Amino acid sequence: MRASLRRIWGMMYRHLALYRRSWPRLLELAYWPVLQMCIWGFTASYMAQRMGSTMALAGGALLGGVLLWEVALRSQMGVAISFLEEIWSRNLGHVFVSPLRPWELVAALIGMSVIRMATGVLPAILLAWGLYAYNLFALGPILVLFFANLMIMGWAVALAVVSLILRHGAGAEALAWSVLFGLTPFSAVFYPVAVLPVYLQPIALALPSAHVFEGMRAALLQGEVRWDQMAWAIGLNVVWTIGAGAVFASQFRAARVRGALLTIGE
Amino acid sequence: MGDRQSWPLASRRIPAYAHGMEAIQVETLTKRYASTLAVDNISFTAPRGATLGLLGGNGAGKTTTIAMLLGILIPTSGTIHILGHDMARDRFAALARMNFSSPYIALPARLSVAENLRIYGHLYDVPHLEQRIGELAAELDLHEFLHRPAGELSAGQKTRVALAKALINRPDVLLLDEPTASLDPDTGDWVRTWLERYRAQSGCTILLASHNMAEVERLCSHVLMLKRGRIVDRGSPQELLARYGREDLEEVFLDIARDRGRAPEETVL
Repeated sequence: MRASLRRIWGMMYRHLALYRRSWPRLLELAYWPVLQMCIWGFTASYMAQRMGSTMALAGGALLGGVLLWEVALRSQMGVAISFLEEIWSRNLGHVFVSPLRPWELVAALIGMSVIRMATGVLPAILLAWGLYAYNLFALGPILVLFFANLMIMGWAVALAVVSLILRHGAGAEALAWSVLFGLTPFSAVFYPVAVLPVYLQPIALALPSAHVFEGMRAALLQGEVRWDQMAWAIGLNVVWTIGAGAVFASQFRAARVRGALLTIGE
Repeated sequence: MGDRQSWPLASRRIPAYAHGMEAIQVETLTKRYASTLAVDNISFTAPRGATLGLLGGNGAGKTTTIAMLLGILIPTSGTIHILGHDMARDRFAALARMNFSSPYIALPARLSVAENLRIYGHLYDVPHLEQRIGELAAELDLHEFLHRPAGELSAGQKTRVALAKALINRPDVLLLDEPTASLDPDTGDWVRTWLERYRAQSGCTILLASHNMAEVERLCSHVLMLKRGRIVDRGSPQELLARYGREDLEEVFLDIARDRGRAPEETVL
């Protein structure tokens, strides 16, 4: 176990050393979350000024949605882009002939994802508090469950993206940035699932994120904790994680059969 | 390169083996990609402390064979045992006692040499890591660029760093894919001298794939001649020279590549 932890730390150290030497990479982590917060924060402020307290509540839900969706986005990108860094540096061949187990690599990527997410989202949360007096932590302890579910969903999606990169090479890297954006309309980030056409609602309900955001709106607008939504989010995350883990394991083995771990690239 | 004359290498060790005396044992190994037979039913062994050369033209199957030995490529059929460990079932136990260097696989270019060595020291669970990095820096003369980004080094410096990475865990089995490719003759000679001394002092088993016939002749105690995925001849460099009536391995290589050589005899390493 000690050797495993050391290998996990070795892979995390590799990325931390990279960030220490590359301020543009650090800046990029916080750039989009802060920009999003500026755009949607000022929009919500303007609408609240024009339309009164109802709009202020809706604005609060909007800001909460922006911040929490960034948690999922940054968690997914944190895993996928850290993996891509190995491909870009043509280092995978060395990594995979070391005693590093695939699960240890995934653990290191998740560790980096947590650090990347915190570095990106915390400034946005502070900005929301400073500029718009919006305190995300006012949601209370349930916020921990919101964060955890969105992070786990992000990791599951990232494992699927990494699997596609293992299968199709770096040509699939655009998915590392875009795949979760494609799920935004179904995740009910800014509106309830009921707003979606009936035939799209099953898709939304299969996403852990949709249940998290239904729970967030219940907490913000009605002041209640929807444990049923949390149970759905947790259950779906278990299914998604097992599924993504199985896909990753099968694609990792397939890459070893094809020799892709040495040649992976464009 | 002339000032690198001290060799404070690790004291001689005899590697421990789970069973048998062979460091590498390969039996009926085959790798097929769709319609291409990359490696065709090869068998060989490498005794401990030997330096085994893999010789062959482009596409002969050298890199594919090394990739299978490293467990990064799953064979279509056949078995590989390294240091007594079955690579199909227990590859991580073997990988902890092996290492690999290739000029075609890079180290993260933006990280310093020391940071790169630290990463691999952690991955191989090397005890007293900073001390080990210091030893390697002294042995391979890395001090002047230890804190420079790996991507800013010359080809010769990169080769020394790659060797340091490959030796970070004091491997019992070392796989080298063209270790002196793209090096000037002086640096190439320095690397070869260093490898000779390291093997002699550490008892390490080395498997070397190379296009440099003089290098193979100098370093290797045994040679496998590969062609189209098959072992077409094998033996010590002296045996091969005598068998083909040639004065250097390059001529032997050309005889085999152009099908003008003699029929191979079975020689078991």
